[in-house]
Amino acid sequence: MAWAYTKKTAFYLLVIVIVVESVFPFYYAILTSFKSGTSLFEVNYWPTMISWDNYAAVFQNGSFPQNIWNSVVISTLTVALALLFAVTAAYALSRVRFRGRGLLLLTILSVSMFPQIAVLAGLFEVIRTFGLFNTIWGLIFSYTIFTLPFTVWVLTTFMRDLPLEIEEAAIVDGATPWVIITRVFMPLMWPALVTTGLLAFIAAWNEFLFALTFTSSNSTRTVPVAIALLSGASQFEIPWGTIMAASVIVTVPLIVLVLIFQKKIVSGLTAGGVKG
Amino acid sequence: MTTESTAPVVGTLVVPHKPIRSELFVSRARAAMVFLLPMIIALIIVAGWPLYRTIYFSFTNASLSHLDAAQFIGFKNYFNWITLKSGKTIYSGVLADPAWWNAVWNTVRFAFVSVLLETILGTIVALVLNADFVGRGLVRAAILVPWAIPTIVSAKMWGWMLNDQFGMINDLFLKLHLIDHKIAWIANPDTAMIAVLVVDIWKTTPFMALLILAGLQMIPKDIYEATAIDGVHPIKVFFRVTLPLVRPALMVAVIFRLLDAMRIFDLIYVLTPNSSQTKTMSVIARENLIDFDKFAYGSAESTLLFLLIAIMTVLYIWLGRVNLSGGDR
Repeated sequence: MAWAYTKKTAFYLLVIVIVVESVFPFYYAILTSFKSGTSLFEVNYWPTMISWDNYAAVFQNGSFPQNIWNSVVISTLTVALALLFAVTAAYALSRVRFRGRGLLLLTILSVSMFPQIAVLAGLFEVIRTFGLFNTIWGLIFSYTIFTLPFTVWVLTTFMRDLPLEIEEAAIVDGATPWVIITRVFMPLMWPALVTTGLLAFIAAWNEFLFALTFTSSNSTRTVPVAIALLSGASQFEIPWGTIMAASVIVTVPLIVLVLIFQKKIVSGLTAGGVKG
Repeated sequence: MTTESTAPVVGTLVVPHKPIRSELFVSRARAAMVFLLPMIIALIIVAGWPLYRTIYFSFTNASLSHLDAAQFIGFKNYFNWITLKSGKTIYSGVLADPAWWNAVWNTVRFAFVSVLLETILGTIVALVLNADFVGRGLVRAAILVPWAIPTIVSAKMWGWMLNDQFGMINDLFLKLHLIDHKIAWIANPDTAMIAVLVVDIWKTTPFMALLILAGLQMIPKDIYEATAIDGVHPIKVFFRVTLPLVRPALMVAVIFRLLDAMRIFDLIYVLTPNSSQTKTMSVIARENLIDFDKFAYGSAESTLLFLLIAIMTVLYIWLGRVNLSGGDR
């Protein structure tokens, strides 16, 4: 009896360690973001003051609201574009038999494994040639390299598992493939579209290497680059309070989204990971 | 539904019957091509062509400001040597560059240690989440938090916690008497890699745990019932039953993570800039490409990293036995 009790206590201790370790760093960032003045440099584990100074500083920083807007526009358009291309491509890849399908799927999978640095030099040239350097369009364009293969892959796995019968009736009725996609598949695919769209959105929102390389002014930067480059009055004075406030602002919406769509995200991740 | 399997073989009588079927087949195939075209064109412009150009630039003397004037110089960016009059030979190129090999070593070291620890910790978290207990939903929600936080934000958050003067980690460790003086975790060459590893493991273990959990949930419950009836020790059950059964899912997750770890850039760029102890292949390649204006040299480094990851990807697809059949049609 005592043994069972110890075992249970040990298990719950482990659970507490996992939860605290996961959540504490973000909790500490929130704590710091509400401190101002010298209390910023005292270590406290519980809230000691609520000051909105850092949040005010973030929005007075000039370009930060613009950076948030850039991130929202870039991520949304990237996802919309990827889903548009991916739905039709996934239909062809999962429901129609044609030569070279396996090879094509293999290529798509390989592209999603690409190290971004491998295309950096070439993309730099392409973006400069098209006159997209230092514009949000250059980023939307370049983000397609990781959002498109991912969405195509996950939607293909999803569509493949839908039964044949749903399509057969439509074919007998003489429906064109386009009608089949929009009328038969789309209503069934909403859950998969939401999941992949959300995962692609998060990937675009968090992207750093391209955003750092293909923009050069404060007004075109995205949030991750803006946070990475936030600097204080002097080079040696890092504005930790402002950085933490900015971090909280851009992270809270993501955490809320992820917690709302928890189950869907977990299934989307495993479809993209385990299945391939 | 293929044409040959359903077409009745009754000589010429088939002829009026056959065109209808193949017409449907052909129109579907044609529609498929139209549907695939936008995606294929997009991938060629955004991935195929840039990759080709990167490899091309690695064989030229291109510089950031004069991309058009690039001239072919063969393998000189990779390996070259000059013999001086004194008889001394000087080697140059990426393959003779100690900074490159240092970056290779850092990347391999980082990838190996981070993935190993993430696998072990991820398995523990997955086993916890696979058990039935009050508050399981809460734990699953909690472990999604590190995953949802952007890498740059986690780098900054941990940079603040690991700060040498005002950091909370030093404060906590001093209070617990784990250390007797404040440590400059990030600036100190001995601990910089540890700092990077801690942040990466913190952020990525949840992903690992979820992938392993998906594997665990596919194991039929009655296997455990049988071992319980036979009174097998839980540790033995784990190594003899659970581990062999989740191994396929585990292997795929490990290689997936390894590929990801090999190309790490953002965390290191933000957390430990300019530390030669943590610079990885991606970091050093971008440095040469953009910051040092050694565009061609950086392209050569990018190409080498690409080759390494390409080999690993082939391994992944082969080991993962990824389903490429694409269903019945």
